[in-house]
Amino acid sequence: MQRIYLDHNATTPLHPEVKKAIIESIDVFGNPSSLHEDGRRARTLIEDAREKVAGLINADPEEIMFVGSGSEANNTVLSLVSCSGARCSLHAPVESDLVISTIEHPCILETSKCLKNRGTTVKRIGVDKRGLVRMDDLQQAVSGNTSLVSIMMVNNETGAIQDVERALEIAHASGAMFHTDAVQAVGKIPLDVKKLDVDFLTISAHKIYGPKGVGALYVKKGTPFCPLIRGGHQEMGRRAGTENTLGIVGLGRAVELRASEMKAESERLTGLNRILREGIESRIENIHFNSDPAYCIHSTLNVSFEGVEGEALLLYLDYEGVEVSTGSACASGSLDPSYVLLEMDLPIEFTHGSLRFSMGRSTTREEVDYVLDVLPRIVKKLRRMSTVYGGER
Amino acid sequence: MSSWLYTEKVKDHFMNPRNIMFDDEDFQFDAEGKTGNIKCGDEMIFYLKIDPDTLTITDCRWKTFGCASAIASTSVLSEMIKGMSLEDVRNITNVDIMNELGGLPDNKVHCSVLGDKALAEAINNYYRGHGMFEKVHDAESRIVCECLNITEEEIEHAVLEGARNYYQLQEMTKVGTSCGKCEEDAKERLAFYLDKHFGINVCVQT
Repeated sequence: MQRIYLDHNATTPLHPEVKKAIIESIDVFGNPSSLHEDGRRARTLIEDAREKVAGLINADPEEIMFVGSGSEANNTVLSLVSCSGARCSLHAPVESDLVISTIEHPCILETSKCLKNRGTTVKRIGVDKRGLVRMDDLQQAVSGNTSLVSIMMVNNETGAIQDVERALEIAHASGAMFHTDAVQAVGKIPLDVKKLDVDFLTISAHKIYGPKGVGALYVKKGTPFCPLIRGGHQEMGRRAGTENTLGIVGLGRAVELRASEMKAESERLTGLNRILREGIESRIENIHFNSDPAYCIHSTLNVSFEGVEGEALLLYLDYEGVEVSTGSACASGSLDPSYVLLEMDLPIEFTHGSLRFSMGRSTTREEVDYVLDVLPRIVKKLRRMSTVYGGER
Repeated sequence: MSSWLYTEKVKDHFMNPRNIMFDDEDFQFDAEGKTGNIKCGDEMIFYLKIDPDTLTITDCRWKTFGCASAIASTSVLSEMIKGMSLEDVRNITNVDIMNELGGLPDNKVHCSVLGDKALAEAINNYYRGHGMFEKVHDAESRIVCECLNITEEEIEHAVLEGARNYYQLQEMTKVGTSCGKCEEDAKERLAFYLDKHFGINVCVQT
């Protein structure tokens, strides 16, 4: 059966051109740190990729460090807050505040919990019903003690685009550094780190048709830094470990392709998202959209269906060839429903009945039409057996 | 198809659940039982038709706001109980349902007890409605940890949510973390529920 993949926020398939670039480099085995020719070949590929990544966000190549994942990049940045060793390049005050939002990726939330246990004051800023971080609260929370503010650029579950410019202004006004987890934004919306004046920015390859296991962290020139992984001179001493040459090649090519494909794709997906949204709205009653094109990214549509449990819905769709994700507890493995939707004050039953459609470069009008054909039937089937849905409403 | 998350049987019962209560069918029942809560993410109602002379289940229906595991396991259960006496039905354990289904992932067992519990509640309700109070299995749960007011039900719940040893049970329920007097009792309950729901036999050492 042909699969309709609408889970691009989870991960993306390799772009055929990325695959080609990786295959072409597959025999490059040299250690990029070696001085001989095999080493130099690998080094050249890595530095070439670095330039491409820098190019996409208007950074200087030396401001880009390669890491193993977006999660690693985020962990690296947050770890700076508690770093206060006498000989460390980062002279953060021992008692420093970290300010984050409540809808950050778990790699930020969990790391901040750990920092809290180590004595850092962590302030968590909530969101409004739209899923946008409350800037008033952020303003209140940031003080002269704050060393770092970290607010994601685009939320992975709802696609809500955060007011990073304003958050950054608030952070810098108090002398705090600013980090944004931009894994859901890079390659989808234009980004200029110089114009934005951000201190740290996280990129992940597999969200933009690159390979898994590689990402990049932008660190503004002159920003205090301390490595998370120590013991090697790689990445200008910022990240020990022999570079993942093939992964980095893939990331470089992926980024390059995003630069040329992004604009047309965003226009196309904006249209498809609207068709999907309006189609669901006209075919299925008693629903609630958790995404809104007015402030959400074009590729994401999150919607809740009253009276329907999300995991069952997801698996019926899977059976029909459609792949999506849900905020339902039963699908998470942890038995907790989506904290992002709960933070938006969405009634908990709606959280359990939510689906996230995330479109990408392979998504077509035919696919959207197919979803609109099968989805109403499945929702109807589940509602007929639901304890909490009186059909006649 | 190995790529399916669950066994073929689970898939079959999920895709084509048996004995669903449809509003338009106008199914006449003698007892109903409800468990779960929409706020917790799952809810189940069982409807039973019972022969008053033999106290056997002649037919049943059910409804749920639940995931694939809840749907499949309740569907299987609804097939198993037809023709059975109420007392025999009570002896059906979670492991029996699992075996019938050919297994479920561990983190899904929680979902599968939903039908079981709604069914038990329906049976109790039948007995109550017919004045057979001595047959009602009191749902009130015994307190194990006196300090923190932790019941057997909470321990059972923790086991279903993934507690596999005393340390994990304590992490999840805080049982025995105050005076510690109930440790032996709690460990015994832990072993009991691990066996009941997962067929895991553990040696309980205190």
